[in-house]
Amino acid sequence: MDVLIASTLEAFRLLFSGNAEIWEIIGISFRVSTLAILLAIPPALIIAFVLAYGNFFGRRFLISLFNTFLSIPAVVIGLTLFIVLSRQGPMGDLGLLFTQTAMMMGQFILCLPILIAMAHTSFQAADRRAWETARTLGANRFYAFVTVLYEIRFGLLAAMLAAYGRIISEVGASMMLGGNIAHYTRNIPTAIALETSKGNFAEGIALGVVLLFLAFVLNGLLHHVQGKGSIHP
Amino acid sequence: MFPTRHFIRIGLLVSIYLAYSISAIAGNDTASLLRLATTTSTANSGLMEYLLPEFTRDTAIEVQIIAVGTGKALRLGRDGDVDAVLVHAKKAEQAFIDAGFGVDRADVMYNDFVLIGSPDDPAHISGSQTVIEALEKVRDTKSAFISRGDDSGTHKKEMSLWQKTNYSPQGDWYKSVGQGMGKVIQIANELGAYTMTDRGTWLAYQSKSNLALLYQGDPALFNPYGIIAVNPKRHAHVNYEGTKSLISWLTSSKGQRMIGEFMVNGEKLFVPGAR
Repeated sequence: MDVLIASTLEAFRLLFSGNAEIWEIIGISFRVSTLAILLAIPPALIIAFVLAYGNFFGRRFLISLFNTFLSIPAVVIGLTLFIVLSRQGPMGDLGLLFTQTAMMMGQFILCLPILIAMAHTSFQAADRRAWETARTLGANRFYAFVTVLYEIRFGLLAAMLAAYGRIISEVGASMMLGGNIAHYTRNIPTAIALETSKGNFAEGIALGVVLLFLAFVLNGLLHHVQGKGSIHP
Repeated sequence: MFPTRHFIRIGLLVSIYLAYSISAIAGNDTASLLRLATTTSTANSGLMEYLLPEFTRDTAIEVQIIAVGTGKALRLGRDGDVDAVLVHAKKAEQAFIDAGFGVDRADVMYNDFVLIGSPDDPAHISGSQTVIEALEKVRDTKSAFISRGDDSGTHKKEMSLWQKTNYSPQGDWYKSVGQGMGKVIQIANELGAYTMTDRGTWLAYQSKSNLALLYQGDPALFNPYGIIAVNPKRHAHVNYEGTKSLISWLTSSKGQRMIGEFMVNGEKLFVPGAR
């Protein structure tokens, strides 16, 4: 118990004394994960929309497929991409292994099924008449699509938060694809793994506190937005 | 119906962010960059963080460290995913060079392996004449022993020593955990078990552990580190020039002096060993 308390106190001291190394790690985590999710959102929304409103052969199969992808372990995605990106692999010439781009690709693949599955549920729950009304009123397909997005914005926000939570706290794929290189591909989860293996529990907890704090802020934000939604439906 | 302006504004902000991030990420890949796969024993002890900034100051070459076991490091070198490897497993290194995967091997430094365990030493290994005798005592008393089990240099060394006892270790007492050296020391600490570690990692972890150094000094425990350049004939993209600079810097009198002066908790970890 003493170790836990001492480590936690030391963690807060590290965070608020402006330890440059820790803040650099935090910065890398946010940059990579934010970029990954921003790139994943547009295709995910379109796929989810097509799955919900489209009517074509194989639709149910695709829905099951994306739901199955939800449970793929991150290390499997990491290993698969590792083989693809390795110099011996099909995309080896790009030299992307052990770069932030590789980490981003892994996180992109990780968050895509979450975004699709949750957005798909939101689209299904939405009143189909929003789409039909918009179309009747003369909106083209794009504006009608945006109208539906706006109608289900809270569900989409929840999907994005869940997806972001998964990729920013993910260690397996980031470790394999980024290589945990100091000042470059060392993000919060891989740094926690490293510090723990070195017995530096305070640093590990400090970074864990950042993740917790982030989760708290994001959830607070969601709550706030949803609250507004109920007043102005 | 919905605030189109908001979407445009958000879209604009997002595009600016994307453009900024992509340029920031792309900007990291410079020509004077070198990737070195090395073992957890050199990286976790802090040696690399101590040496490499000085190397970068001297040569303007930036080195990125990927810390893995020797087995994986050699695999990364073989596949051309790194430019050089710094490892400690003589036999595996020789095989790597013979297969044409690597060139220009140079001795850099050495330290040694030691046996650590619970201070009450249930198998009484501390008075042993040889490391083989010590391991036989562990086996005969079926005292808990933690093995790296990860095909690292330390693991290869441990296996070669067990082989000399004419007995492949197995049973509940022998636990192969497949983790890095630091983790293994922590596990041994929690279980009060024996394990074999390189001296460097042991010195770095000593203060965080209840274990004691129980056996050392057998020449069979000698642990030399070598650096090998990935063969540029096999992988045209590797930074061979940069690797040559790193090899000559590490084996120069300055690099060797710095290795010899590196200390953790007031103790020297490595002995310079370039020839």
